[in-house]
Amino acid sequence: MTQWKHKHLLGLQDLTAEDIELVLDTARSFKEVSSRDIKKVPALRGKTVVMLFFEPSTRTRISFELAAKRLSADTLNIAVSVSSTTKGETLLDTARNIEAMNVDLMVVRHGTSGSPFILAQGLKCSVVNAGDGCREHPTQALLDLFTLKEKFGRIKGLRVGIVGDILHSRVARSNIWGLTKLGAKVTVCGPATLMPRGIEAMGVEVCYDIRKLIKNSDALITLRLQKERQQDKFLPSLREYGRLFGINREKLAEGSSDLIVMHPGPTNRGVELSAEVADGKQSVILDQVTNGVAVRMAVLYLVLGTKPGTEG
Amino acid sequence: MGLLIKNAMIVNADKIWDKPQDILCEAGKIAKIAASIPTGDHQVIDAKGKKVLPGLIDIHVHLRQPGCEDKETIETGSKAAAKGGFTTIMCMPNTTPVIDNAMVVEFIRREAQRVGLVNVHPIGAITKGQNDQELTDMAELKSAGCLALSDDGKSVLNSRLFRLAMEYAKMLDILLIEHCQDPCLSAGGVMNEGEASTLLGLKGDPGIAETVIVARDIEIALYLNARVHLAHMSLKRSVDLIRAAKAQGIQVTAEACPHHFTLTDADVKSFDTSMKVSPPLRAQEDVEAIKQGLADGTIDCIVTDHAPHTKEDKEVGFDGAPFGLTGLETSLGLTITELVKPGVITLSQMVERMSAAPARIVGLGGKGQIKEGKDADLTIIDPDKKWTVTKEGFVSKSVNSPFIGRTLSGRVEYTVCGGKIVYAPVA
Ligand SMILES: [Zn+2]
Ligand SMILES: [Zn+2]
Repeated sequence: MTQWKHKHLLGLQDLTAEDIELVLDTARSFKEVSSRDIKKVPALRGKTVVMLFFEPSTRTRISFELAAKRLSADTLNIAVSVSSTTKGETLLDTARNIEAMNVDLMVVRHGTSGSPFILAQGLKCSVVNAGDGCREHPTQALLDLFTLKEKFGRIKGLRVGIVGDILHSRVARSNIWGLTKLGAKVTVCGPATLMPRGIEAMGVEVCYDIRKLIKNSDALITLRLQKERQQDKFLPSLREYGRLFGINREKLAEGSSDLIVMHPGPTNRGVELSAEVADGKQSVILDQVTNGVAVRMAVLYLVLGTKPGTEG
Repeated sequence: MGLLIKNAMIVNADKIWDKPQDILCEAGKIAKIAASIPTGDHQVIDAKGKKVLPGLIDIHVHLRQPGCEDKETIETGSKAAAKGGFTTIMCMPNTTPVIDNAMVVEFIRREAQRVGLVNVHPIGAITKGQNDQELTDMAELKSAGCLALSDDGKSVLNSRLFRLAMEYAKMLDILLIEHCQDPCLSAGGVMNEGEASTLLGLKGDPGIAETVIVARDIEIALYLNARVHLAHMSLKRSVDLIRAAKAQGIQVTAEACPHHFTLTDADVKSFDTSMKVSPPLRAQEDVEAIKQGLADGTIDCIVTDHAPHTKEDKEVGFDGAPFGLTGLETSLGLTITELVKPGVITLSQMVERMSAAPARIVGLGGKGQIKEGKDADLTIIDPDKKWTVTKEGFVSKSVNSPFIGRTLSGRVEYTVCGGKIVYAPVA
């Protein structure tokens, strides 16, 4: 079995297929822990995990916090509003002040791409990226991979469509890295104005026809559409977005009945997904939430289990 | 008593002397060039084995004073210029307050004289407060000493206003320098829009933000038979447009920066905020095109766009960090390493791009050439000397350089400005 050799988890771009498989295998055993009566193991007793969130995200934070607690770690929540960071106080200053309280790991969410990378270079503790700008959201992708593997028994050869605002999506990027490394065929689909230039370089195909995508996919990862995108003029209207790229029962009927629909949540019902699809039997949205805790337990466990000083 | 430079291998833009000469500088001028000049009571620099160039001229730097003295001052900027081999620099008006009236121009000139190292020429703004609304009193700025006007930091976006500025500047014979970037198109981008920005998840600034302004300005210059100078060209397409315009006799000149012929957007992968510049680092084909443009003269001169920022300002993550890198102290080394050594341009062509052409473009008749009667501004270099850029080595007040750790060929040995040594190596 492969060994985990990373001090941080900054993104899936930096991981090998073996690294990813190791996380998924580890998560499987932790999922079993979560189904027990006493949902706690002593793996990280005495360790302190800080949730450093520069951008609010209740779902991700709670999932990480629960994961840390089930591993018996002490947790601390720090929410920093970026606007309150005064001039002269750099990102690194803020983090170093927290690190000085002898913490072992920081789970970082930041609106600027690359922030966890900068922190990992300047801190002694481990850093886990909980989403940075439009770059990566590795644990979300890992839980998506876990869910896919649970449903299909494999990733290799799966045809996965990622639908929505690819331009601004860290979930899309992390999933593309992870899925392609594990041998899935990825197609991205969304409005041309929200399709980043040069995305094909990541090894994906681009498609603008959701019906065609549905016919040719085993799974769809739908992305949350930020309502501001309409104000930014990326879209004529949310209604038109829904018509072209939203998934409803009628469109879904054109695909395989085994096709599964995923979403990182929270959904804009009636925009990305109709309510009947979100709650329907092809939706695995709640499984994703459950699996999120197991995957994050695996990540915290692996990252903190390594000896300090090893390669990031 | 003057300054005598012995054994000088003189490199001018039009000619490299084949035998070493002695150069005597007196009263701020080059008094005499001859095979041998008696030492007398002159101060002597032995330039044996070195090259002596006309003092380098950078027509695009930011000195931050007045207003942001924590980033740079006229004094620290002058020191950095002297260390980099520059004897004349022109500073951009995006200070606080903006250089849009004679008083600020005079303040800068007085302060530069007090520092007394290199020639500092303030560039006035094109519009009052650089706010794209009303033209500045251009004649007043010119008589206060401005050789050029620019709203650098942004384009004059109002096309009618820029047309009027060009007409008025033509009447006064003052140069307009345009920062080419349509902010609606760049839309808050922090790096070049392309594969790299997609992978890094950073907001992209598309090349068309630059080229639509380049094309517009060329059209206005043609229509008015007026001239315009385009700042920091970063794209292959810009070079193509300028080349075509020049072939039609349109009065357009252009400049490029060392970082745009050295780095690409792929280098941003480390999220080093000193890689965050405006215009952004582009793709490899753009780098090649800038080199080509400098080789064939489509791009007239090399400037640094020296843009100092404090560590605190830069250490805030890539999106939040200000644009700009410091360039005065690495420009010559990068030019020799990236262009001269690989044979893209010759040493004479480097002198053309870094001294003769900028002197001509802004109208500094006494500079840009080593010749009797010209100003005694000289840069003595060892083009083969290798040195490593270090954080500690900078004399600029800010050290936001992406080149720290790089080994460069070509070092400045002495800088002489107005016949006075303003930079010499520490013993
Ligand atoms: Zn500029
Ligand atoms: Zn500038």
